[in-house]
Amino acid sequence: MSELVLLLSSSIDSGTPLLLAALGLIINERSGVINLGAEGLMLIAAITGFAVALATKNDALALLAGAAAAAVFSAFFGFLVIWLNANQYATGLALSLFGSGLSAFVGIHYSQESLTVAGHHGLFSHHYLVYLAVLLTLGLSWFLFRSKAGLVLRAVGESPESAQALGYPVRLIRWAAVIAGGALVGLAGAFVSVVSTPLWVEGMIAGKGWIALALTTFATWRPARALLGAYLFGFITMLQLHLQGRGVNLPVELLTALPYLATILVLVLISRNPRWIAANMPTSLGKPFFPGA
Amino acid sequence: MPRFLDRATPACIASSLLALAFMTLPACSKKPSGDAAPSATPAPPAVEPKATEPKADAPLKVAFAYVGPVGDAGWTFAHDKARKEAEAAFAGKVKTSFVENVPEAADAERVIRDMVDQGNTLIFGTTFGYMEPMLKVASDNPKVHFEHATGYKTAANLRTYDSRTYEGAYLAGVVAGSMTKSKTLGVVGSIPIPEVIRNIDSFTLGAQSVTPEIKTKVVWVGKWFDPPKEGEAAQALLDQGADVLMQNTDSSAVLQTAEKAGKFAFGWDSDMSKFGPHAHLASAIINWAPYYQKAIKDALDGSWKTGQVWWGVKDGAIDLVSLSDKVPAATKAKIEELKKGLKDGSFTIWKGPIKDQAGKEVLKVDEKGEDKMLLGINFYVKGVEGKLPSGK
Repeated sequence: MSELVLLLSSSIDSGTPLLLAALGLIINERSGVINLGAEGLMLIAAITGFAVALATKNDALALLAGAAAAAVFSAFFGFLVIWLNANQYATGLALSLFGSGLSAFVGIHYSQESLTVAGHHGLFSHHYLVYLAVLLTLGLSWFLFRSKAGLVLRAVGESPESAQALGYPVRLIRWAAVIAGGALVGLAGAFVSVVSTPLWVEGMIAGKGWIALALTTFATWRPARALLGAYLFGFITMLQLHLQGRGVNLPVELLTALPYLATILVLVLISRNPRWIAANMPTSLGKPFFPGA
Repeated sequence: MPRFLDRATPACIASSLLALAFMTLPACSKKPSGDAAPSATPAPPAVEPKATEPKADAPLKVAFAYVGPVGDAGWTFAHDKARKEAEAAFAGKVKTSFVENVPEAADAERVIRDMVDQGNTLIFGTTFGYMEPMLKVASDNPKVHFEHATGYKTAANLRTYDSRTYEGAYLAGVVAGSMTKSKTLGVVGSIPIPEVIRNIDSFTLGAQSVTPEIKTKVVWVGKWFDPPKEGEAAQALLDQGADVLMQNTDSSAVLQTAEKAGKFAFGWDSDMSKFGPHAHLASAIINWAPYYQKAIKDALDGSWKTGQVWWGVKDGAIDLVSLSDKVPAATKAKIEELKKGLKDGSFTIWKGPIKDQAGKEVLKVDEKGEDKMLLGINFYVKGVEGKLPSGK
């Protein structure tokens, strides 16, 4: 296989955890809840998934356990911000810090343990979750823009008052969205520690949660665009490593920063046109909802 | 715009407090950054310090400060294993203790002072970042002997010790040279300091001793321990045609990536054969036990003196172990021969003619590389591709 094909193939592997996390965050944010705790959730899921994989030698179970752990913490986050109306930004940041601390603490005895892995590489031989992520993207697009339930979810994020007036349980819907989205973010975290690099090390998510948050905005809350963004980020990440291997005469520090620079650049280009964002941004994003008011 | 302090602030405050509480949990630490600039401060001439004669029956108290947890199965694990072996070897004559997770900061000085106060007369600090704290405590306690791993500053009662990891890299290179089909090797580098550059060069020299036209590609990840990034870097090298990988980072991610792709790689620092049973060709390991036993013996019999110790295969500090069944018997025999040569001094890795990347001769025929040159090495040898990053 040519190097380009291999490069594209590994870009997809590299972008998949970002895609999964971004899809989860799109579900959250479409319901009007912004969860800045994605990084912490991914870390919690990563250590949970790794521990389960080590104990059971079962990938699927490990991935599900990671998703479940993140769902539990998301439910707690949702309880604080939806039912108690805690500030979403501050609580999300707290969750992020809490998640990295907790995972480091739990993970002390897992560092430098390692799983043995089966081979997956080549254009059509990825881990099944890579394909599942593409299907999820299509499914979520359909759900959000073609199904009635998706319409209700978006209504809750746009105008919770109207949704309530129509008789929808706004808080319950938001909570469900936060938990479901959190589970997907968790799946992304477990993917990193169980499939991509079957190891645990403190802070191993290394900012992927934050990148996914940025991607969500960059993708203007649309799943298909999140897929493009995630693969683009994966592509540039792998491209800079390939350039290094080819001995390109650029400082390593600059090459390492490239994926982030590219993301910022794209974000800037997107925000040049405020209508792009305004047309898609859930109007009530980040705002608390008081059913009685 | 978010209203920062909204209704139901107690929940928000509570969650923030929780987060704060967890931020203060033990942050796991990093490996020392190696011999950053050893040539910068030449060692003072060896001065015989006043030997602390132990009482006839009281055991020598020896303390170890570790940067990580003893359960890390890597850097600190190896040091602690050697400590236990030393305690067993001098049964009854020494009493060892350790403090783990000592940060490379002001805390280190406090911990090391505590060790002195507790009556320890031989103290080991096992990471580069303890250099300044140890220097300070050493100057205040001239009767206590200090041993600092991977540093470059010494004092009358402070000795440095390190191991010649490049010998393991060379031996791994010989194996790589006999296994590669694409004649392209890949190395995942951590931080471009002399120690790591020396290892990349030595790995390449080893491979070229088998197949002269071998090329080595290098990808730097800028960290000692970042498994996802190490794995991606390894993947990039494989995609570019490398079929045997080596790494100067601390995790088994590179080996695992090679395993997934059906290619070959090595274990580094410790035996990693279990992490990639098919990909694993051999592990280049560090064994601190011989040095710890020597240092303790020195302190026991009063012959301890300062200096800069750099041990390798010859002293039992470096070895290439767990060679795979896939490695041809002739190569295995050659490795044994080379180890023997390193032990009896009949073989030298850094011996001319050696050319740098640009083809400039750095060592003439039969000229041997001095430790001083090796410690400050800042060039790739011929056959390594790419430009050496300028950063330290």
